[in-house]
Amino acid sequence: MDIKDIICAENKVYAAPELLDQSVHMHYCPGCSHGVIHKLVAEVIAELGITERTVGVSPVGCAVFAYNYIDVDWIEAAHGRAPAVATAASRLWPENVLFTYQGDGDMSAIGTAESIHAANRGENIVMIFVNNAIYGMTGGQMAPTTLVGQKTATTPYGRRIDLNGHPLEITNLMAILDGTCYVTRQSVHTPAAVRKTKAALKKAFENAMAKKGTSVVEVVATCNSGWKMSPEKANEWMAENMFPKYPLGDLKNE
Amino acid sequence: MKEEVRLMKGNEAIAHAAIRYGCDGYFGYPITPQSEVLETLEELMPWETTGMVVLQAESEVAAINMVYGGAATGKAVMTSSSSPGVSLKQEGISYIAAASLPALILNVMRGGPGLGTIQPSQADYFQATKGGGHGDYHLIVLAPSTVQEMVDFVGLGFDLAFKYTNPAMILADGIVGQMMEKVVLPEQRPRRTEEEIRKQCPWAADGRKGDRKRNVITSLELESSRMEVINHQLQARYREIEKNETRWEEIDVEGADYLIVAFGTIARICDKARELAAEKGIKVGIVRPITLWPFPTDAIAKAAEGKKGILCVELNAGQMIEDVRLAVHDNLPVEHFGRLGGIIPSPEEVVVALEEKIINK
Amino acid sequence: MKEEIIIAGFGGQGVLSMGKILAYSGLMDDKEVTWMPSYGPEQRGGTANVTVILSDEKISSPVLDKYDIVIALNQQSLDKFAPKVKPGGILIYDTNGIHNRPTRDDITIYPIDAMEATLDLGNSKAYNMVVMGSLLEAMPYKLPMENVIKGLKKSLPERHHKLIPLNEQAIEKGRSLLK
Repeated sequence: MDIKDIICAENKVYAAPELLDQSVHMHYCPGCSHGVIHKLVAEVIAELGITERTVGVSPVGCAVFAYNYIDVDWIEAAHGRAPAVATAASRLWPENVLFTYQGDGDMSAIGTAESIHAANRGENIVMIFVNNAIYGMTGGQMAPTTLVGQKTATTPYGRRIDLNGHPLEITNLMAILDGTCYVTRQSVHTPAAVRKTKAALKKAFENAMAKKGTSVVEVVATCNSGWKMSPEKANEWMAENMFPKYPLGDLKNE
Repeated sequence: MKEEVRLMKGNEAIAHAAIRYGCDGYFGYPITPQSEVLETLEELMPWETTGMVVLQAESEVAAINMVYGGAATGKAVMTSSSSPGVSLKQEGISYIAAASLPALILNVMRGGPGLGTIQPSQADYFQATKGGGHGDYHLIVLAPSTVQEMVDFVGLGFDLAFKYTNPAMILADGIVGQMMEKVVLPEQRPRRTEEEIRKQCPWAADGRKGDRKRNVITSLELESSRMEVINHQLQARYREIEKNETRWEEIDVEGADYLIVAFGTIARICDKARELAAEKGIKVGIVRPITLWPFPTDAIAKAAEGKKGILCVELNAGQMIEDVRLAVHDNLPVEHFGRLGGIIPSPEEVVVALEEKIINK
Repeated sequence: MKEEIIIAGFGGQGVLSMGKILAYSGLMDDKEVTWMPSYGPEQRGGTANVTVILSDEKISSPVLDKYDIVIALNQQSLDKFAPKVKPGGILIYDTNGIHNRPTRDDITIYPIDAMEATLDLGNSKAYNMVVMGSLLEAMPYKLPMENVIKGLKKSLPERHHKLIPLNEQAIEKGRSLLK
């Protein structure tokens, strides 16, 4: 049998998501979680058949260029303001499905007010929160979610509670707000985890379509460059150190 | 709703005008002396009639970013605030300008700096006309002097914003926000349909229909050579706006010996001062810039020809005077008179200032 | 015709709403009008004043230093604004609580006991309309009563329209104080 006979439509088991733009080179570091999360978002939008009415709001941070990769309309927001931007875009086009894609700085530092209030108003949007406990784009500085003892460019001797306060569990805060309908924490470090995250994203987008309120999907993620580890080591470190502080699973599912 | 004659405050008039223009959304946060804008909108409940969205945001920062988000989808959206709140909005305003989005911002100025006072001021002239936020950009800045102009400039502001895909600002003082006058409210215009928006704003992030390419609203461009091109495009647009949209009003300029240059309600106080001066045999003309950016530089230069001096009257320590001096190249004396901290000068005070600073100097 | 008027008193005396009714009445009589309050954080108890201009022509400055008519409803306002009546102008003040009376002889002065008159009517809320009546009587520009009623209707919320007869009565009472 010739290889050409094997490469045919019937045998196809995997393809790049149709909404993931293949014409551009992704800027993410090898081993970064963003690529996997982007792929899942692209798949979910296509599978739900909402490509023509989905608008993404990208943050400031590594995912600022998300609009280069997922083939839907995008609005690039100022740092932290994605939920405010999505609020208006959603209310003014109620048939559209709005999602924000925010990092830990965006969601839990500079944009805490916008994030909490959009969720508290129960805006019919999806908030995807990628928590890698560090500021990747600006060169590895401390995030609100940086763990105690974790070394970053601005906590070179490790995060200290007396100097830097406690790691912020913003997703737990989101869960107690009446405006949220679904709050979950997932990861993408194993095939099983990837499948769960995809299911969570799908549920979140379905909630937005059904106008059930705000859904928050936190993805506990790695930043192997910022953490100065190999991708493999980063996954291990995340499981050992991040998950005890940020345990996976649904915090709210109504 | 038909055309209608009413008595109302400038702030209330803004709310009525926005609904009647067919505005799609208002996002604001209360601050004195302009809270009546949001209060009136909430009372009128336009979401029940025209479908206009009204939202009290969690902060001025959130409100301006809602405007950014709404404008990015092609909708006609606006916000309003007063000086300290407008300072908070500057980040968002810079983004809106950089992303070439149409939007309307109202600043009902109060006295600063800092928390300052709730009384009227014009001390945000620099902020409104010279950038305000970071980067090389301009807003189209309209300065109303009557409640009627508050109404008219909502329509004009939106029209110019959409014509040039550039944010416009109504820079009002607390006086015109709080005082009541007769206004003619325009007829109700329907809000644009989704089809009309898509036709007017093919760039809008309103959902990628069919096989059109995705629309991305962003102000980010890390490649310097491309960022320079974007800046040149913005500058070309500003030159175009300067050429086409400069507006001003002149009163008795011809035959006058002296000029007063003033904007907003202060120009009306100066108009009364002009009458009082005439009773004393002093011939004064008034130039009132209506667009503060683009500034009526040429008109002022022309009006200044053959005059003995210019008095700039402003509710600040001397801001517009810089533009007036640039306009006349120091060919004649140009002096400033203003009150600070929320005090409004009387017409009599203006006449005294004209005599002391220009005529008898 | 042009009347430049300031009404000054305590917050809570209905100064701003009297100004509004006056401005609306002028509007109903096809005049150009401006209503310019001194606005402040005080809603009650502090001083409040409002400048109302009624004119056949476009109005320039909404802020003035000299007035055709001054209405002063407490000592503070009387002290501040009596000197600002134009020569030949009119000063109306409520005598209640006034210990320093105005002394100018180049203007027409109408002391009124509006508080007493209001008590006669049996509704303290009608106070500002009693004052309004005195103003309408004293003002050289004769604002037709039918347009004042229209002005009242425009400025009062619908649910208060039942009070219009009382307001009318108060205005007549105010007029009678000058007769």
